[in-house]
Amino acid sequence: MIMIQNNANAQPVPNLALEVRDLRVSIARTNVDIVKSVSFSLAPGEILGLVGESGSGKTTVGLSALGYCRKGLAISGGSIIIDGQDVLSLSPRQRQKVRGRLVSLIPQDPGTALNPILRIGTQLAECFDHRSSVTEQMLMELLRLVKLPESSGFLRAYPHQLSGGQQQRVGIAMAFANRPRVIVMDEPTTGLDVTTQSHVLDTIRGLCREHSVAAIYVSHDLAVVGALCDRIAVMYSGQIVEHGSASQLLSNPAHPYTRALIHAVPDLDRDSAVSGIPGSAPEPTRRTIGCAFAPRCESAEQRCRTLTPPTKELNGGHYVNCIRAGEIRKVEPSVRSIQVEAFSDRQVALEVSNLEAFHGASRILKGLSFTIHRGSCVALVGESGSGKTTTARCLAGLHGNQSGRIIFDGEVVAPHASQRSASARQRIQYIFQNPYASLNPRKTIGQSVAMAVEQFEPMSVVETRKRVLAALDEVSLPSGFADRYPQQLSGGQRQRVAIARALIVKPKLLICDEVTSALDVSVQAVVVELLEQLQRDHDLAMLFVTHNLAVASNIAQHVAVMQNGSIVEFGKVEDVLRTPVASETQRLLRDTPRFSFAML
Amino acid sequence: MVSSPMLRFTIRRVFLGALTLLAVCVIVFAATQILPGDAARAVLGRNATPERLMEIRAQLQLDRPMIIQFWSWFSGILTGDPGQSLVNGMRVIDIVYPRAVNSAVLLVLTFLASVPLSIALGVIAALYVGRVVDTSLSVIALALAALPEFVVGILLILLLSTSLFHIFPAVSLVPPGSSVLQNPIILVMPVLTLSVVCFPYLFRMTRSAVLEVLASEYIEMARLKGISTLRLVFLHALPNALAPVVQVVALTLAYLAGGVVLVEFVFGYPGIGQGLLDAVVARDIPVIQLTVLLLATVYVLLNLVADLIAMLLTPKMSARQWQTT
Amino acid sequence: MANDLISKNRSGSGYALWRRMSELKAGLVGLAIGLIIIGGALIGPLLATVSPTDFVGAPFDPPSQDAMLGTDFMGRDVLSRVLHGGTQILGLSALATVIGVLIGTLLGIVGGYLKGRTDDIIMRLLDVAMAFPQTVLALLFISIVGPKSWLIAILVAAIHIPQVARVMRSVALRVSEEDYIRYAEAIGVSMTRIITREILPNLTAPLMVELGLRFTYSIALIAGLGFLGLMADPSIPDWGMMVNENRIGLLSNAWAVATPVLILAVLTIGTNIFADSLGRSNRGMPSGPADDPKDDEKLSAGKTLETNSDNAAGEIRG
Repeated sequence: MIMIQNNANAQPVPNLALEVRDLRVSIARTNVDIVKSVSFSLAPGEILGLVGESGSGKTTVGLSALGYCRKGLAISGGSIIIDGQDVLSLSPRQRQKVRGRLVSLIPQDPGTALNPILRIGTQLAECFDHRSSVTEQMLMELLRLVKLPESSGFLRAYPHQLSGGQQQRVGIAMAFANRPRVIVMDEPTTGLDVTTQSHVLDTIRGLCREHSVAAIYVSHDLAVVGALCDRIAVMYSGQIVEHGSASQLLSNPAHPYTRALIHAVPDLDRDSAVSGIPGSAPEPTRRTIGCAFAPRCESAEQRCRTLTPPTKELNGGHYVNCIRAGEIRKVEPSVRSIQVEAFSDRQVALEVSNLEAFHGASRILKGLSFTIHRGSCVALVGESGSGKTTTARCLAGLHGNQSGRIIFDGEVVAPHASQRSASARQRIQYIFQNPYASLNPRKTIGQSVAMAVEQFEPMSVVETRKRVLAALDEVSLPSGFADRYPQQLSGGQRQRVAIARALIVKPKLLICDEVTSALDVSVQAVVVELLEQLQRDHDLAMLFVTHNLAVASNIAQHVAVMQNGSIVEFGKVEDVLRTPVASETQRLLRDTPRFSFAML
Repeated sequence: MVSSPMLRFTIRRVFLGALTLLAVCVIVFAATQILPGDAARAVLGRNATPERLMEIRAQLQLDRPMIIQFWSWFSGILTGDPGQSLVNGMRVIDIVYPRAVNSAVLLVLTFLASVPLSIALGVIAALYVGRVVDTSLSVIALALAALPEFVVGILLILLLSTSLFHIFPAVSLVPPGSSVLQNPIILVMPVLTLSVVCFPYLFRMTRSAVLEVLASEYIEMARLKGISTLRLVFLHALPNALAPVVQVVALTLAYLAGGVVLVEFVFGYPGIGQGLLDAVVARDIPVIQLTVLLLATVYVLLNLVADLIAMLLTPKMSARQWQTT
Repeated sequence: MANDLISKNRSGSGYALWRRMSELKAGLVGLAIGLIIIGGALIGPLLATVSPTDFVGAPFDPPSQDAMLGTDFMGRDVLSRVLHGGTQILGLSALATVIGVLIGTLLGIVGGYLKGRTDDIIMRLLDVAMAFPQTVLALLFISIVGPKSWLIAILVAAIHIPQVARVMRSVALRVSEEDYIRYAEAIGVSMTRIITREILPNLTAPLMVELGLRFTYSIALIAGLGFLGLMADPSIPDWGMMVNENRIGLLSNAWAVATPVLILAVLTIGTNIFADSLGRSNRGMPSGPADDPKDDEKLSAGKTLETNSDNAAGEIRG
């Protein structure tokens, strides 16, 4: 399955930069496969996006291109050919010679991937083949390449003195130092804000084209991959399930998983609502015969569960591993139907005026004012550090060091939760960002969910239990979950528990702080759908904090854009997205990666 | 380049150290002068006669107000005249000083014998984690870490100084007036014991510090950059493990300043610890005070050094944000 | 479908910790050694056929039919004295450990949860306490007050407090940063309830490790005091004291020294191995995200607990 890339800029080169054949990676101790039968190839200058959710094995595949795998894993089969040389057949010493020269890595988190006690110049210089002959000029040249300041002061700096974007550019410079044949990028923009991300991606794209370096871009973010890559391989449960050019794959996805994934990604250009994929991928040890996606697939038939799907070629280098490929009709996504009521007629649930918050002496919120009406959702959008989470915590009474007025249901509430009335605490509920930290690992789900009931409306054990089960039912969790511990639940399930815990005491205002950012996209979509439905059912006022404009557009009617502790724009979602006024909003909209669904 | 956060930390830390020493002084003074009701009676025990009591009280200045007592004692310490022994009337400093020198010899030799070896073994164990070298060294260290100092000493005596192998003298007696260095063989057993006592801490801390660094992402990255193993270990990994290791070395020495008491007692070594025990038995309060104070000072100073070295080895604390200007 | 995935593990603190620890055989061996010696010391006085204070022969008689381990420096039966000699050490060690760990834990939790000024004051005081050479200060107090059992227990406990408080504070601090504590605060759960119901259950594992570790150190310290001849009542047989008083007869009857020394060595090694494996299994427990999506490939690789495993027993006592 060799494909010559089809982009116009680069010369068609007959020899391949990288060829991966039938790669297999397993857990060393148990021999359980993490990744199997993965094959693909890359021409010089071509960028392949390796997309998948957590546990899909995408990072493992990426790293194995360097002949490397994490501790506990072993590459147990296949070949990785770079420049006509099988990396896997080399001795450890020879592999070490190949790394950084023929194939190099741009790490996920440059903050931890740079040695904290070595100067940037040292770390750059040691990337070159002959360290002794490295001149300052070469280092400057390298800095220029990645658009870093060309000063000797910069070379003398330590990693912690640089910003996240600068650190990542150093990572890129290290990878490009020897102009390798292949570069592996492991979600290199995860920690960066959208604007920095977009600049870094531009740099990467330019460098790969200019120097004919092939690249593997490992990411969970379909939108980024769609914007950057020539080709995309979608991974699920350790295998590539679909593989083709970016435009083919995004406009005409053939695998049910790819389709579902695309529908789960919130996109600014699309009118359809996000829809999640129920369930979760099987653990490597629990994979069975048949198609791994079958248990979650809407189109699955009996044979999907017993037969291993073969690789089919659809057309011109578009491959899919699905028995029913070609049979399944394209499902039209439901069109988003947010009721555009005149919310201003409704009762005001929350009125915030001139809210200021402090961290020690520094003012981190600078006079916020906004209102939320009953039954409506306001999204608070902004980059990290803009103050959106602080705002949410001020409203929930978790910050405390604040001034200004918060009027909730007609009554002024105190800054800190401990000063508020029980009824205020009951009617304002908060859902935390990280579902892995918001449930006490020593309490059963039932005990955690019951806490608020015991606090506000103490009742008999039997009654409480009934309430808990009803609350769990509302978030579609079976009653058996009440006796489990959080560690036994997936992230999405935990976030449902957190929602049940908030709704069990019938709040009026629900504050959601980045509740989906720790989740996979398919699960994020499920949670967004659930929240949207519950908000409507309970006629809740909701504040939805997110860094992702596309997610905001999926759930909120109004959006407030924050920057440096102030709201710079507030309005109806459609208006703000269509005709942004504030430069911050324009910037966010411009730099948010998106893929065009014109053909979908 | 002394930047301001570093300087502030240093000043703060030195100030805290000084405060601790002052607290030690107060406690040492309070313990000996206030706690037992009457120190004079405590000194004399059952042999107290009214005349002797009066005499001792006068010598300890028990008849004067507490603050004055403290000040005269404290200023005596500061001016290098901490008074006289209650037992034989010798100047306390003449009693403590030669013993302190002997103990210092012991500590320095232990340091030289134990530190390089323990650290080297710790690094080796970390580099070969999970192999036979590592597991056997780790088991030995785990076992030794548990043993009380005197048990180590006695076990070594049973092994090396009795019928089993009679190699080294079981006691380190020194004729009065001669230096311990004139008869180096008597140093072997105490140094060996102290080294065995130190080894597990140094070894285990080194091992875990190196392991932690080796598991870090920047080491993985450096490996994937294709640099040589030697450079990886000596330039990237070990310097990052240096700060915790240096700290533990200083702390081990500080700990030895206290642990030396038992080991000196085991071998009858004429050091400060043995001197302290003699003074405790004889209830020679000025000697006890000065000895405890001396050991505490060494302890506090070494702790201070440990913290300052750790600071110097961490560039994060020592440098400012790089400016784009 | 997730139902069948999850079954075996109750994950309650103690049980899960126990299950993991028993996987480490060393821990069980350590526990067995510790229990055998502690049990022996407790029922020892019942097994002894001769009184530990009776003179049964000449000083330093080698082992014979009458005295299986020979006689000591006063001609008393070594075996009987060994059988009697653990009660005091172990009793005082247990007492000192419990007091020290209890107070240390309390200070640690209060500091770690309340933070701010309270925490600052507690930590500064502990810093000062840690900056003392503690064994030397213990000697100072014993020399002044005299060798009393209660004083020894209190001194040894006091030596433990700062160390325990530091460890527990760092755990409590980490736990109290978690969002479930924020949630409890947001709905107005009282402070005592937060500490007892939310924080404390998350501390059981490190607490058990501390108990094991401090017990080992207590034995070492108290045996050391006995060796220095500073135990309360010289007429009560004591392993540490026996070592010292019989040293002069090493060449005549080495058993009088070797037996108590070996018992102490084996006991402390056993309890230390136990505490160490407890600590290892504790560090291997999923304290937070067991299936953090960010950590996917690392976790499925069965990342072991090799790194970072030495702090518990590697710390310096004193």
